Amino acid sequence: MAPFVVVYGVLFVYPTVRMVQLSFTNAPLIGPGQWVGFNNFLRLWSDRLFNTAIWNTAYFVVLSVIPSTILAMVVALGVNRLKGWAQSVVLAAFFLPYILPVSVVFSIWSWMFDKDFGIAQYAVAPLNGGEHLSIFRTIPLFMPAVAFITVWWLLGFNVLLFIAGLRNISSEIYEAAGLDGASRWAQFTRITWPLIWPVTVLVFTINFILQLKIFDQVYLFANGGRVAPTMVMVQYIYVTAFQQNHGGLADAAALVLFVLIVVLSVLQYQLLRARGER
Amino acid sequence: MSAPAQIEDYAPSLATRRLSRLRQWDLIGLAITLATVIVATLWAFPLYWALVTTFKPEYEVVRPGVQLWPEHFTLENYAHVLLQTKIGIWYLNSLITSAAVTILVVIMAAGAGYAISQLQFPGRQLFWWMILASFMVPIPALIVTHFLVLSQLHLINTLPGVVGPQLIAPVTVIIYKQFFDSVPKDFREAAVIDGASEFQLLFRIYLPMNWGVTTALAIITFIGAWNLFLWPFLAVSSEDMMNITVGITQVHDAFGVQYARDLAVAMLAALPVAIVYLVFQRQVTQAIMLSAGIKG
Repeated sequence: MAPFVVVYGVLFVYPTVRMVQLSFTNAPLIGPGQWVGFNNFLRLWSDRLFNTAIWNTAYFVVLSVIPSTILAMVVALGVNRLKGWAQSVVLAAFFLPYILPVSVVFSIWSWMFDKDFGIAQYAVAPLNGGEHLSIFRTIPLFMPAVAFITVWWLLGFNVLLFIAGLRNISSEIYEAAGLDGASRWAQFTRITWPLIWPVTVLVFTINFILQLKIFDQVYLFANGGRVAPTMVMVQYIYVTAFQQNHGGLADAAALVLFVLIVVLSVLQYQLLRARGER
Repeated sequence: MSAPAQIEDYAPSLATRRLSRLRQWDLIGLAITLATVIVATLWAFPLYWALVTTFKPEYEVVRPGVQLWPEHFTLENYAHVLLQTKIGIWYLNSLITSAAVTILVVIMAAGAGYAISQLQFPGRQLFWWMILASFMVPIPALIVTHFLVLSQLHLINTLPGVVGPQLIAPVTVIIYKQFFDSVPKDFREAAVIDGASEFQLLFRIYLPMNWGVTTALAIITFIGAWNLFLWPFLAVSSEDMMNITVGITQVHDAFGVQYARDLAVAMLAALPVAIVYLVFQRQVTQAIMLSAGIKG
């Protein structure tokens, strides 16, 4: 108990308080700074890079969370129909990517999409007039590609949650509906959909919060190229603090991210729940 | 599915009608199943493709065309990365830090969960709220101050420095509290009469009774620690202290376009978590349900 309090104090409470405090100073990464009031926040407001980071993060969240939730539901409905070992095998195919470290995912997909030898070029090149294309160096394609990879990576987690939700629906309801002659589509819209709505909310919220904190994939795929156009929020914090040595400014950005996550997640949860109770 | 055969025996006309309806039904069902299997295959394909590439000699790797199986099966790529890179050290670092994180998180979370669930002490409610609140704080927002704190403690570029911030695991505490809450009070009272201390209560009664939860949480904590990228990447700059997940990116830079070797390292890095998942599939599933708030 006591060690827990100490660890929590040193590694959580203190850093959080310090983050808020430092965000009002001009401190470097390590060392004291002077109180500058709200200057950091004003600077962020007018910083084009920070605005890019916010928009890119939002763009990434839209590109990854919505397809991931919808696809996971569809896949779960399909997987849930299978029985026994067939279900285990198919589920494992979807779930295995999820347990991989991000840098392994990065290695696999930089190989898949490689400009010269990547297998995906067979699909990409015809769309590009027969020319091979370096996906991660083509700025408009960067975010969709990384979002696509992220969906591939994390889908299994969402599928698992949906399957748990589907299993909680008693089969008696379907039997009764079948006797009443309800069509398959009617069974889905009248029974399945309303009953897994809470899981949908859960999946959506978890993914939403997770993807607001996107950093790893974006950093890895952009590494070695132009970083600024595809900057995301955590990356901005990283660059500002660790490469430009502006600890105070980075903490201000971190505080913005923190507040954003809290506000958006509470708001979103309320909205989705309200719709579900309609 | 075996129902039509039974009906057929005594009601042929009804049965044929049923059967034709069932057949139609099954056609749609079959299409859905087929689609699911095809998508699953597509999903697993990148994994397979990466794996099979590691067994090809480099000249085969860069040859145009799709070859689903190597013409010359070789382990040369693995031999090369095992002997020529620091992968051994990275592996060891990953193993040490992930094991340390797992053990410490489980013990501390069990202790904290137990205290909140079973003990009366001043500030208990405050403590609980603090843990619930920390659920909301995004850890990546704390990277700057974590770096600051750990450099004041002179832990940057050390393995304990990598472990430190990973010890914040509010979800694990919350799960333990919930499970300890549901242990019947009778056990506690009986043990207290026998003169058991709080430590004995926790380690002899409460933890063993929730052994299943503990294994599930330990496994998922281990996988999470092994896979973590951001913090080990920030906390360590010397190659000798790197985790495997960070080390991979170094190989990538060093090798240039030697994809077979690059992927061999990636496959080795993925191996432990893949094995852990395949062996403990049920526990992993349970732990995910628990941390998502669905009782598994």
